[in-house]
Amino acid sequence: MAFVTALRRVAHVSLREYPWRTAAVTSAAWLTGQRGFTGGTRSDNKVTVNFINRDGEKITAKGSPGDSLLDIVINEDLDFDGFGACEGTLACSTCHLIFTEEVYKSLGPVTDEEMDMLDLAYGLTDTSRLGCQICLTKSLEGIVAKVPESVADIRQSQDGSS
Amino acid sequence: MIEIISSGVLSPGEGCSPKVCIVGSGPAGFYTAQQLIKARQDVEVDIYERLPVPFGLVRFGVAPDHPEVKNVINTFTQTARQSRCSFYGNVDVGTDVSVEELRQAYHAVVLSYGAEGNRTMGVPGEDLAGVHAAKDFVGWYNGLPSCRQLRPDLSSETAVILGQGNVALDVARVLLSPLDILKMTDITQPALEALAESQVRRVLIVGRRGPVQVACTVKEVREMVNLPNARPEMVGADFEGVAEALKDLPRPRKRLTELMLKTALEVPGEKEQQRRSEASHAWGFRFFRSPVEILADPERSRTAGIRLAVNRLEGSGEGARAVLTGEVEDVTCGLVISSIGYKSLPIDPSLPFDSRKAIVLNNMGRVQRAAGLYCSGWLKTGPTGVIATTMNNSFDTARSLVEDMDLGTLDVSVVKPGSQSVAALLEKRGVKPVTFSDWEKIDRVELSRGEAVGKPREKLSVTDHNGHRQEMAL
Repeated sequence: MAFVTALRRVAHVSLREYPWRTAAVTSAAWLTGQRGFTGGTRSDNKVTVNFINRDGEKITAKGSPGDSLLDIVINEDLDFDGFGACEGTLACSTCHLIFTEEVYKSLGPVTDEEMDMLDLAYGLTDTSRLGCQICLTKSLEGIVAKVPESVADIRQSQDGSS
Repeated sequence: MIEIISSGVLSPGEGCSPKVCIVGSGPAGFYTAQQLIKARQDVEVDIYERLPVPFGLVRFGVAPDHPEVKNVINTFTQTARQSRCSFYGNVDVGTDVSVEELRQAYHAVVLSYGAEGNRTMGVPGEDLAGVHAAKDFVGWYNGLPSCRQLRPDLSSETAVILGQGNVALDVARVLLSPLDILKMTDITQPALEALAESQVRRVLIVGRRGPVQVACTVKEVREMVNLPNARPEMVGADFEGVAEALKDLPRPRKRLTELMLKTALEVPGEKEQQRRSEASHAWGFRFFRSPVEILADPERSRTAGIRLAVNRLEGSGEGARAVLTGEVEDVTCGLVISSIGYKSLPIDPSLPFDSRKAIVLNNMGRVQRAAGLYCSGWLKTGPTGVIATTMNNSFDTARSLVEDMDLGTLDVSVVKPGSQSVAALLEKRGVKPVTFSDWEKIDRVELSRGEAVGKPREKLSVTDHNGHRQEMAL
């Protein structure tokens, strides 16, 4: 965990000067370590993901293998209010997405670090994940990811008193 | 994507753009501004900030070893750079310009100035040297101008923190982290130097109730457990009955409680045992204790200890209540930090203010009995929650405001002078606002000074409004 944290901090420091979007894409890619510069990508290399937004509308978008779901939201300029506030560094829960049981199982194991932040997500379910931690592979072609109702963290007591 | 329907009240190009001013440039101010600019193409937003630098608690509250949390500054910067958004630092609303004057200059005023005060323990000895509010201690290590002279006494072995929220854990971490880690963060140089001389070796984090009621969260507790050169020291008896209660807890609370339970009761593997025995620092939660008195040394010149009342719990879960047993316990310590909550203050006596909750009275961000006045952030809901909580809260206020503009509840057909008239008032009063590009110069200097010493930034010691104003010699 410490190594990943150190890596992330280096990524944060060296990318400080970059505009938000590039930083988010690159820092998430640093975590996945899989982003290649394929230049003009062939369309058969892309993976399709279907997001359901908070109005219940289906938004279809494509990403490359290795992209995180947060990367897709940013790259394709999808309009989910407040999504990805910490830019993919596991310091918030605003990229919270909900999947079907079947898809959830295929997404693989969840680290303690992700679970710790996921635990704070509003409307947490048993099939919830953080979008910045899910990386595309061809086998995830066509999955559906629901953007939950609110992006509030639960680190706040209900009536505002402590 | 919500379709923006023109209300028909405004005609572009007739100088009738709705003008909104926001008081406070922390997350609440910026997220409100962001949502307003996005929702209506004609709105102009001016953000006023008391300090010469923006970003509020993101800059002065978030712990130095949590840099990722500060990434939101990037999105705030994008908002500030938009043509319809302007930042005016070094303007103290309430002193340099009144809320009433702002309401005359703008169609709407959003109060987002957060919580600059703190809840007091209300016990004898609270004013002794060696006792600090967590807000001030955090402000000190983060370079908040009003806390620069704090000079906390770090010469005793034990520090006691009252409160068991994430701010309490931030303070504990800063007191116990190895210098090698701290010196790579944006902690201020004076704080780093003071901590290098610190004699504090043991930190107790004290709460009125039990392990199941702690307000902190699992990530921060995990950071304590993994802190290099520090071993956990808990009281096993405090965890009586907790293991049995686990199965009924929702997953987040369950994982947090499991971690504390394991840390308190489980005998660790050989390697970890070795690490703990070699650690020179120690930390621990202490439960069922309330402060009764801060005890002074014989000359009454400084803190020598704290008297704690022993509690028992009535009820269980979130609603459990601490009840005094009559027993007390004295703990020797030279540093007491009370981390029991921030508190908002009314910057204008005319504001409808709930003194108990310390919030401006409002419905969905609309200030009660005050047309055109709104609030967002901690001032609206109380001083708890992280940046994402405030974000949501601010989006809601922006939505209320946009709805009022769209429906005509808020009349934006009248021409308002906005920043022009405020600028004239400020000039007459000898106040020189700091622009966002001025801040960007400060930012570049801080980044380059930080780079020179291996830190993300070295914060400049800016003089705040209450000191004499200094021109930035850049």
